[in-house]
Amino acid sequence: MTVDIDKTAGTQDTPPAGAEAIKAIPVRHYGRYVSAVIAIALLVAIIYAFGQGRINWHAVPDYFFDDRILTGVGKTLMLTVLSMVIGIVGGIVLAVMRLSKNPVTSSVAWFYIWFFRGTPVLVQLFLWFNLGLVFEYINLMPFYKDYWSNFMTPLLTALLGLGLNEAAYMAEICRAGLLAVDEGQTEAAHALGMSHGRTLRRIVIPQAMRVIVPPTGNEVINMLKTTSLVAAVQFPELFRYAQDIGQTSGAPVEMYFLAAAWYLIMTSVLSVGQYYIERYYARGSSRQLPPTPWQKVKANMLSIGRPKGGAA
Amino acid sequence: MTEQLTKSDAPAKDTSVPMVKAEGVHKSFGAVEVLKGIDLEVKSGEVFCLIGPSGSGKSTFLRCINHLEKINAGRLYVDGELVGYRQQGDKLYELRDREVAMKRRDIGMVFQRFNLFPHMTALENVIEAPVQVKGAAKAQAKERAMQLLERVGLADRAGHYPSQLSGGQQQRVAIARALAMDPKLMLFDEPTSALDPELVGDVLDVMRDLAESGMTMVVVTHEMGFAREVGDSLVFMDDGVVVESGNPRDVLTNPQHERTQSFLSKVL
Repeated sequence: MTVDIDKTAGTQDTPPAGAEAIKAIPVRHYGRYVSAVIAIALLVAIIYAFGQGRINWHAVPDYFFDDRILTGVGKTLMLTVLSMVIGIVGGIVLAVMRLSKNPVTSSVAWFYIWFFRGTPVLVQLFLWFNLGLVFEYINLMPFYKDYWSNFMTPLLTALLGLGLNEAAYMAEICRAGLLAVDEGQTEAAHALGMSHGRTLRRIVIPQAMRVIVPPTGNEVINMLKTTSLVAAVQFPELFRYAQDIGQTSGAPVEMYFLAAAWYLIMTSVLSVGQYYIERYYARGSSRQLPPTPWQKVKANMLSIGRPKGGAA
Repeated sequence: MTEQLTKSDAPAKDTSVPMVKAEGVHKSFGAVEVLKGIDLEVKSGEVFCLIGPSGSGKSTFLRCINHLEKINAGRLYVDGELVGYRQQGDKLYELRDREVAMKRRDIGMVFQRFNLFPHMTALENVIEAPVQVKGAAKAQAKERAMQLLERVGLADRAGHYPSQLSGGQQQRVAIARALAMDPKLMLFDEPTSALDPELVGDVLDVMRDLAESGMTMVVVTHEMGFAREVGDSLVFMDDGVVVESGNPRDVLTNPQHERTQSFLSKVL
């Protein structure tokens, strides 16, 4: 909002160029001032309301670096990373299966995506947890044999539930990426004598990454938040620990704010990482790589008309 | 350049086996028959030009030569060997992908739309196949790639990505990329059709140089000047059949067939 106002102020004092500079009274955007005032007033009102509420804000910094909270943060991150690894690997396999010429494999992949995309993750988590009703034992003949309930620990439930669900979404993202690569690329690689596998690995996937990375970043951030659901299958992570502390310390709502703050911090860090990964895969797609935030800051501070960029 | 010259001088079998031989080649896309029985022979070391109106099947035929398209009937031989099949007795066996890839190593192809790999620099484009497919050492592949880029006049652009090169430069890199595999046959699919007119000359110069070095080339083109000057044989195709063939100078200046005449009157 304020940025808008700044811009209109900036255009008034453009230096006169060429012949006779036009002097005119600029259009007054009264609406902008009004909406800015309303927005700021609303914001102040909300902050005031929270400040006045019966919330003990001091509890938040008190527990912010509590051991249990830090453990929870660690477990949340671990769950996110492992589930995404399962999701991405599974997604690539499913995408290749869906694009394969074999009608059976492509139908199987279609069915998988249909099922896992069509049911809520929370329901899937409960299903995995209680699959003991169907399979009493798990029996990998020579290696391992146990009751399903012993085998299916909360961690495994959480990983399978989140990872397999994610694979369905990643499959669609990967498929879109693979399809986005020009057919001529495959032909050129084949004409050079490259095999199907090598063409996929060296030529198609690196180009598909440009299309795949931005939505995958979204998925990672989504996953980080979705991990809070696994509290339901008895796996403790950030949200569960925060709840626990809330119950024992008598500050339950405060702990939700604390958890929210930690989730925000983690998603913000991930967004920065995503920016740099996108930048890496933009190689060769545009003539000039987009500047990093730091380069932008430097350029703005120096803002002497030197050619921008220059980073290799 | 010199290296290419000695290479083409070396094989003694030149005249005995044609580099490409087509016998009644048919190709259909669904119900549409694109090639209706093509018979022709490309001799080793010659520049063979294919001309004709768009949709006449000349590009399709070119793509059949390195098995990017499967033919439906007839026989197609490259250097005496069947394309895409193996014959044992009177039975034909389809080749595996790996075997097809193996044969494609010897056939370079240059596309209308260049099809350089956009995520690699010019140099990386050129060394990709030698390193990945032939298992060449990277240092040697680089050295050879620089020679090739030098040859097409782009040594100073080795570090550039395709998006930083003009169309003509991209096409010359694409030619260098194909040459890096030391092919015995080069296929050109309208290599100058996507270029601005003032960039066409550079690409044709490279091709002319290549022809002089004795490379066997099959060129689908609309550049009649190039066909006349550089071509050793020329075929005019229309509607999936060979209408007229012969020496480019004869066919272009004195076409016998009515369809050739009407096509040339529009193009020249």
